[in-house]
Amino acid sequence: MRTPVFVLLEIIAGAALFLILRAVNNDYLFFAGYTVLQFIVLSTAWNILGGYCGYVNFGSAGFFALGVYTSVFLYTVNQNLEDLMPEWLLPLMQAIFPLPMPALILLGGIVAGLVGLGTGYLTLRLRGVFFAIATLALAVVLQTFVVNWSFVGGSRGAYVIPPGTVPILGPYIQYLFLLMLLLVILSLTCARLIERSRLGYGFATIRDDELAAEACGVPTLRLKLIATVLSGALMGMAGAPFPYYIGYVEPGSAFDLSYAVNSIAMPMIGGTTWWAGPMLGAVLLGTLQQIATVTISSAVNLLIVGLLLIGFVIAAPDGIIGLWHTWTSRRSKP
Amino acid sequence: MDINLLINAIIAGLLLGGFYAAVTAGISISFGMLDIVNIAHPAFILLGSYIAYSLNVGLGIDPIAASILMLPAFYALGAFVYQVYYVSFEKYGQESLRGLAFFFGLLFVTEVILLLIFGVDYRSVNAAYIGSSLSVGPMEFPLRLLVPCVVALAMFAGLELFLSRTFIGRAVMAVSQDPTALRLMSVDPTRIKRIAFAISIATASMAGAILIVIQPVIPSVGRDYIGRIFAICVLGGLGSLPGTLIAALLLGVIESITSVFYGPSWAPAVSFGILLLTLAVRPSGLLGR
Repeated sequence: MRTPVFVLLEIIAGAALFLILRAVNNDYLFFAGYTVLQFIVLSTAWNILGGYCGYVNFGSAGFFALGVYTSVFLYTVNQNLEDLMPEWLLPLMQAIFPLPMPALILLGGIVAGLVGLGTGYLTLRLRGVFFAIATLALAVVLQTFVVNWSFVGGSRGAYVIPPGTVPILGPYIQYLFLLMLLLVILSLTCARLIERSRLGYGFATIRDDELAAEACGVPTLRLKLIATVLSGALMGMAGAPFPYYIGYVEPGSAFDLSYAVNSIAMPMIGGTTWWAGPMLGAVLLGTLQQIATVTISSAVNLLIVGLLLIGFVIAAPDGIIGLWHTWTSRRSKP
Repeated sequence: MDINLLINAIIAGLLLGGFYAAVTAGISISFGMLDIVNIAHPAFILLGSYIAYSLNVGLGIDPIAASILMLPAFYALGAFVYQVYYVSFEKYGQESLRGLAFFFGLLFVTEVILLLIFGVDYRSVNAAYIGSSLSVGPMEFPLRLLVPCVVALAMFAGLELFLSRTFIGRAVMAVSQDPTALRLMSVDPTRIKRIAFAISIATASMAGAILIVIQPVIPSVGRDYIGRIFAICVLGGLGSLPGTLIAALLLGVIESITSVFYGPSWAPAVSFGILLLTLAVRPSGLLGR
């Protein structure tokens, strides 16, 4: 399938989903659906580095939170425009602010991508484990910075009041849902494009045997940096609308370890070698969690995710897609 | 800068460093010597804390004595975890990506289970030495830091003696370098690795007990230690116990000075800074091979 056709199909599927939800006209569905879509973006982004290159990122929560706090920062700047800006700059800034949501998403992506570049540059030249540990520590340190930074609310947290409605669409949550749907389309297209390009083959050589790849002239460091920046940027973009979705953020919720666990568990459960794997895992696990949060409790649903992750990496290392492949190949044999 | 404050900050840092050494000892063995990236280690330490807490509150046993009682149980747990890890990942050479995900899942599940059992309240233990302190001139030695530090150093010395003097200990040092040579000495590398990993988890029992003596704990506190213990382990040079001790003392002092002069909320950033700096400048650590 050619890429434009694929994008067109994605848009049709997305539009159909949106119209069906709109026809049902229940705001809760949009709230729950937004979370699932957010997980599709996070897990697809994680998979670009983790699944294609084989480099584990434990800091998804950190990259996500970079997006979140970029939004919070810009929101606070907008609130205090008169105090912060010099006289001559004020009219210009008042014309620019408040920034529209797509701009916030873009900026969140840029910030997270830059942090990914920096961390990657320092640690990606070493064995993969060091990168994994560094990302884990990165999340803790970013959280420390945010806790100590009173401008964005510090440990008290910050309130972000979203506008109630938008023109044409109506409720603001539907607008956010639509934007997240676009991000899903963007990240899936990215993942699929990578999979079929020179870049993707380069990533695969790194995953399979980095030393051999290096010896054959594959620019491994550059490829790994590209993957880290891309993956980090997508996570940051997924985080940027979050304050407007939830209304109140504090470091504990933005840096929640469950983002890191989910964005690893979802691709692992769905299957890491195919672009649709993370989406499959995210839809299954995300929906399951939405149901479990409502019916049981949020602590128990995290336990389920953890146990599923352990179970899958032990028993079905290639995820649901791997299980499917073994099942179909067994059936086709006489 | 107040000189008394500085001296006491350095003392507290050294005592804290002794404790960090005990916390990192397990990782130095599993990550440094066996190449098993056990990021779930802090979760096992917290498990140790909560078991010491339960025994202390329920039966009135001293937390450190309780942790020594629990050593065999933790040893068995470690052997079991290694067996699962070996059968599912190491045997097929898939330890990098999936093994990491496995331990990450373990970390998360342990934390959530502790959360479900003990809740999110801070828990602390009672012991005779908590609360009092020894003073020599202007120097203060709070006993709640001094006792753990002494215990930690004793454990550390025991480990170092075991690894450098006994046959099994030397086999542990050898196993990651040359398993084939070990086979030629008619030693089963898998058995040695299982023993070593079990020992590394057993240290988590004691580290957990002294953690809860030093500070009240909640299930999520383990995560703060991940950056710290890997920073110490890498800074010390992977798998070198003397290097680990030096790095732990160093980090303890730097963190203590940071929290005295800049506020305790900045302390977690220190370890990450050191980790990144080490990785960028000297990845083999202070006493690396």
